[in-house]
Amino acid sequence: MVDSILPVVLDQAIVRKEGRQIVGPLNLTFGREGGCSILVGPNGAGKTTLLRLMHGLERASEGRVTWSARKDTVYARQSFVFQAPVVLRRSCLENIAYPLFVRGVQREKARAEAAKWIEDIGLAEVAHNDAHVLSGGEKQKLAMARALITKPDVLFLDEPTANLDGASTQEIERLIASAVQSGTRIVMATHDFGQARRLATDILFMYRGRIHEHAAADIFFGGPATDEAAKFMKGDLLI
Amino acid sequence: MNDLLAGLMAAIDLIIHLDRDLVEISLRSLQVTVTAVFIASLVGLPFGAWLAVTRFRYRRLAIALLNALMGLPPVVVGLVVYILLSRSGPFGVFNLLFTPTAMIIAQIIIVTPIIASLSHQSMRDLWYLYHDLLISIRTSKWQRMRTLLWDGRRSLLTATLTGFGRAIGEIGAIMIVGGNIDHLTRVLTTAIALEVGKGNFPLALGLGIVLIAMAILINLAIHILSRTEREGTW
Ligand SMILES: Nc1ncnc2c1ncn2[C@@H]1O[C@H](COP(=O)(O)OP(=O)(O)O)[C@@H](O)[C@H]1O
Ligand SMILES: [Mg+2]
Repeated sequence: MVDSILPVVLDQAIVRKEGRQIVGPLNLTFGREGGCSILVGPNGAGKTTLLRLMHGLERASEGRVTWSARKDTVYARQSFVFQAPVVLRRSCLENIAYPLFVRGVQREKARAEAAKWIEDIGLAEVAHNDAHVLSGGEKQKLAMARALITKPDVLFLDEPTANLDGASTQEIERLIASAVQSGTRIVMATHDFGQARRLATDILFMYRGRIHEHAAADIFFGGPATDEAAKFMKGDLLI
Repeated sequence: MNDLLAGLMAAIDLIIHLDRDLVEISLRSLQVTVTAVFIASLVGLPFGAWLAVTRFRYRRLAIALLNALMGLPPVVVGLVVYILLSRSGPFGVFNLLFTPTAMIIAQIIIVTPIIASLSHQSMRDLWYLYHDLLISIRTSKWQRMRTLLWDGRRSLLTATLTGFGRAIGEIGAIMIVGGNIDHLTRVLTTAIALEVGKGNFPLALGLGIVLIAMAILINLAIHILSRTEREGTW
């Protein structure tokens, strides 16, 4: 891919819900350098809202989110994996192929592409079964494959392993790492510090809707600069 | 009691020997109802999906109206269709009164709101589950509707069957606009009413058994469908 929809720039961006400011004001840039940026912070900090804002699922009440391409390309070249995987009521294969169908890719070509992915995530045997009977971990792998099949420039992940066991978490992390390898920029929320250590190139510590600290992963884990981040890492409750 | 038993035996006899009147009337019932339900589904199912994925100013009002239309008294529908189709009415030139077409029109009016409303309910539930993903993938409105209609096809079939059950047992409207004319517009329900009036219980009962059998089959199908729906297998 020659071009990229990155960088994305948040300029004084604010999200308000029911009169309450839940995110912002944020000034933030994700550039073309690649890697995996990880949002950490307590529940309710605004991580989900920030990811949804960048992906265009939430509107900025004030300020702007600006991508470096036209609107129609911007959203075609990014994907989102939700904390609770959304599974379509169709076969596993058709679930994975779905974004290609939507983009008008020929049915057979889309299915062939999906077949490669289903092999990769180890669900080839159940390819034609209804996706609803999958376990939670398998559903999330399915959602990952469906998000990656379009080879996005950016992939947003909202606590993709929050409800999964160790083995499933490992598999999801493998998919994330290999996506980073192939040049997809990851922006992801997690509250699993082990995971953040394993995957992050940089960490954004979020608290009460603001980014309190943005640092390279090794620097952040070497000792956070802010009190809040330090407390949060020690496991102290932040209110 | 003996009369009833004798009538029942005679009715079963009519069914077993495929009595010509009985078969003719049953087939006409099926033809009218299947046609009406088919057209009502063609309109009602997509409309329900459209209503689920579209936000517009008077959406709530439209849904309330749709639900109210579900309760339209068939007799009143029959009356209105009668007036519209009668010689002096706006569609009088088509000469449709007292034809199967008139009965189909009346049934479409009765059944479309039912099918659309049931469709809307299941499409709305599915849209709630799919919403984030389909927005994230930037599907067009048509793609959303198609996805919901396809993935919700089992509950939509249930909606259609419910409409069928309602239409096949309906009498008020089709009696008025069809006229219960022998060999032309006589269907199961109107024939039963007539035969009871004439005291011809064997034929009335025979027709009744056919009608009940259809209703039971429909309900069985709905039951099986909603079970597979819950268990997510088909
Ligand atoms: N639709 C909404 N209406 C009102 N408040 C909301 C809505 N969505 C989120 N919030 C609030 O915004 C805050 C941030 O939520 P969220 O982004 O989900 O945080 P996180 O993902 O970090 O746990 C929370 O306090 C939450 O209650
Ligand atoms: Mg969250």
